[in-house]
Amino acid sequence: MKSLLLILIPFLGAILSALWPSNRTRPLFLPVFALAHTLLAFWFLTRPPGFDPAAWLAFDPLARAILPGVSLLFLACAVYAVSYLRLHPQDNRVFVAALLLVLGLLSAGHQARHLGILWIATEAVTLAAVPLIHFLGTPRAFEATWKYLLVGGTGIALSLLGSICLGYASLHGGGSGDITFTALLEHGPLLSKVWVLAAWVLLLVGYGTKMGLAPMHTWKPDAYGESPGIVGAILAGGVTSVAFMALLRIKSVIDAAGESVFASRTLLGLGLFSTLVAALFLLRTRDFKRMLAYSSIEHMGILSIAASFGAPGAWAALFHIWSNGLTKGALFLSAANLQRAAKSSSMDDVRGMSLILPRSSRIFVAGMFAITACPPFAPFFSELLIIRVGLGAGQGWAIGLFLFCLLLAFLGLSRIVFAVVDGRPRLKNPERIHLKETAGIIAPSLALLVASLWLGLFTPQVLRDAWSAALLQLFAQP
Amino acid sequence: MNEILNLLTGLAVGLNLLALGTSRLRLLIRAVAAQGVLLGLLPLLLEHGAMDWQLVFITIATVAGKGFIIPTLLHRAMRTANIARELEPFIGYISSLLLGAAATIAAVVIAQHLPLFPEHVGSLLVPGAIALILTGFILLIGRTKAISQVCGYLILENGIYLFGLLLIHATPMLVEFGILLDVTVGIFIIGIIVDRIQRAFDSLDTRKLTALHE
Amino acid sequence: MEVLDILARLLVWLVLAPLLPGIINKVKAWVACRQGPPVLQLYFDLARLWSKGVVMSTMASPGFLIAPAVAWVAVVAAAMLMPLGRAGCIFSFDGDVLLLVYLLALARFSTAWGAMETGSAFEGMGAAREVSFAVLAEIGIITAILTLALESGSISLASMFTPPPGPGAALLAVGLFIILLAENCRVPFDDPNTHLELTMIHEVMVLDHSGPPFALILHGAAVKMMLFSALLVQAVLPLAHMPLGLSLAAMAGGIVLVVVAVGLVESLTARLAFRRVPLLLTIGFLFCLFPLLLTWMEGVL
Repeated sequence: MKSLLLILIPFLGAILSALWPSNRTRPLFLPVFALAHTLLAFWFLTRPPGFDPAAWLAFDPLARAILPGVSLLFLACAVYAVSYLRLHPQDNRVFVAALLLVLGLLSAGHQARHLGILWIATEAVTLAAVPLIHFLGTPRAFEATWKYLLVGGTGIALSLLGSICLGYASLHGGGSGDITFTALLEHGPLLSKVWVLAAWVLLLVGYGTKMGLAPMHTWKPDAYGESPGIVGAILAGGVTSVAFMALLRIKSVIDAAGESVFASRTLLGLGLFSTLVAALFLLRTRDFKRMLAYSSIEHMGILSIAASFGAPGAWAALFHIWSNGLTKGALFLSAANLQRAAKSSSMDDVRGMSLILPRSSRIFVAGMFAITACPPFAPFFSELLIIRVGLGAGQGWAIGLFLFCLLLAFLGLSRIVFAVVDGRPRLKNPERIHLKETAGIIAPSLALLVASLWLGLFTPQVLRDAWSAALLQLFAQP
Repeated sequence: MNEILNLLTGLAVGLNLLALGTSRLRLLIRAVAAQGVLLGLLPLLLEHGAMDWQLVFITIATVAGKGFIIPTLLHRAMRTANIARELEPFIGYISSLLLGAAATIAAVVIAQHLPLFPEHVGSLLVPGAIALILTGFILLIGRTKAISQVCGYLILENGIYLFGLLLIHATPMLVEFGILLDVTVGIFIIGIIVDRIQRAFDSLDTRKLTALHE
Repeated sequence: MEVLDILARLLVWLVLAPLLPGIINKVKAWVACRQGPPVLQLYFDLARLWSKGVVMSTMASPGFLIAPAVAWVAVVAAAMLMPLGRAGCIFSFDGDVLLLVYLLALARFSTAWGAMETGSAFEGMGAAREVSFAVLAEIGIITAILTLALESGSISLASMFTPPPGPGAALLAVGLFIILLAENCRVPFDDPNTHLELTMIHEVMVLDHSGPPFALILHGAAVKMMLFSALLVQAVLPLAHMPLGLSLAAMAGGIVLVVVAVGLVESLTARLAFRRVPLLLTIGFLFCLFPLLLTWMEGVL
């Protein structure tokens, strides 16, 4: 029951910040509650609490394997948000409360062991993120919010439909209507096959939309491009990981029902397609925040590919969630600095940022190398592992296509990043830049980058253990 | 009981076609509202005599949400956005009607290939749900106006709700969750209204600024 | 005896049919609070036209005279296949329902042919409109017939009208009524009274006809009206299961009801804009399609 604190603390923070009168001091709630959350999450990581298998919400091994990473990312964003909101004099009551609400719901989503609770958490996260994306209030932000709601809402609807199908499959197999994952796994072989397949397809599309797998990715570039950088980082590192974890949990049920071949194939196909689509769009886009969105789509594809390779692949996927989340956070936060200084995120307007914001630019470039899997950052090791697992599973052609996409993505990313960073500053009014590179806006992204480096070089044993324990939970049934 | 259930579901499917064939937003909203009320009454029919508070709650919440609150909001959004007709849809009315009919036929075919409990075999519950979901998608994809898209989403959601009724005995919770989808819709519509109001204020502000400047 | 029987039945069709346009006009007059022409007006018109001569365009071939005759024969032949409740039909064989569809198509073809014979672009336009809308209407008729065939398991008109009561019959009635309006060129598809050049469909095709051929056209239209009304009534009411007298009375009452409904629609609604006609015809088709779906579902489940 202690693990409920992970959900309740952010909720408490959300309520308090919504009631707090001062617009200036309200953002301080974010780092305080995020720190409490992170400390608690890491406490549970090192000392896993026991849990009741029939519980609806519990800090089970899978939550233990992912949630601390999300919490860490959120902490960095929360620290950044303080200095960010200081420069935005508009009312931040809804923004702060919604951010903390998102954190609480993310914790709930990661800990959900019940199909319905999982769905509610995902739905609520989607809705709580709406004011975040709309924060800047521009017409473009509204358009992005609308697309996000429409596509995300449809995804949510489909995942509810899929959950109903899975419930019916269990009922048809003689179940009592209990749709906790424990019960579903137990009933696995009895589940009605047709309904299981229908459920898998719907849930894959539904949660895949939340993850941003192509072709359900259309909301992503707009939402990431038009919202503040912290929101992009949290969506890319936190919300997507809830959706991915939902798919992992569901896939274990599908595997138990004896349909693992079909599930793996669809995951692999969708993953490769996402990676390819993202790589091609990366070659075309001229906006560095949209670039990050496409990169996120690419990495969601990589996660799906990894998850399709059975237990060793799932281990690599858990590793990659951490490395992608941390590195993407560093990229988003440094990109936010560049955008705030240049008042634009298009490579046509923004040039020579290394002369204007040298530190952010350096982090941005390093983050670019990290996310395109250059050693010694964590993504290199996790992707190397995925490739080795894939070759071991005999999926040579898939890995070939995957490597080709990685190459394209590298070309696309480096093209934009160097265009933005290098050259002579070509801003509309360069003398008007007020953004100073204070510790408040540099430290979070730097910390995330260092975390990514550290994760790659010395993957801590406690994390390795957590990921292996999560595999035991997912692949207990042969 | 089954007869009335099938009749209500059939009427709901018929309202689909009305929604697909009309260009008037007011009529579209009414059709969707009527569909919501029809479907909202179904849980009472499914339960053979026995009434419990959960069922009554689902019924009241659904009928109120789908039949009254959301349509009222939609009407308001329509007035603030000042549009009454969908003029140039992506998919024309005849094509969407024919697609809708094809979707209905497909729904029946699909439903026949799904293994169902004996008590669900003769009923229109499953084919009706699939037809509603597909129709919702046709509207979502085929229309350009935000309000029509919201109506499409509502029909999609009605379909999911209908589907959820299969589980109303075993896991009534899932049906209740469906009501949360209505909240999503509410936020959609509030989004439209807020955006309109904001734009109105924006233009007002700009004019004020130039006035001060002169 | 056989021959007398056939003749008597044929007379029923030929003599009673011209009543229907008269009833429609009377209904319209009542709604508009007018006296209106007498119900028997069409008989007078036919007699007058029959005694007149024919004016022919210099462009026209004899086909101009033959086409209305072919159309009339086709429509009357179709009527001979259509049963009248328990009284049965004049000719019947397996698959005659297909012949009915083809005869109606033949009638339409000859009317269009006659219109083209004049060499006027205006009438050609009317013919083009008529056949393009007919494509949509015909799909509806065929669907309705499929429904009836599936319900009864028969493809002979004499034995296929056994509609089970239920929502299917109601839907079919609406669908067939829409198609009846389209096929018989009534409002909201076409206005039989219009002389506005741009809105005419059917009237424009027969504009140059005169004398006895025109009488044939008018009479053929009346028979077609009765044919469709009979189809509609029998597709909805299970007349075959009623005793003879009741069946005939129901038949007559049903036809009059349909015709009155046509008159009311004509008085109360406006003519549709051209681009919306296909939409309404599609709706009519769907109304016929859904009973088919219902019947099929019941058969499978």
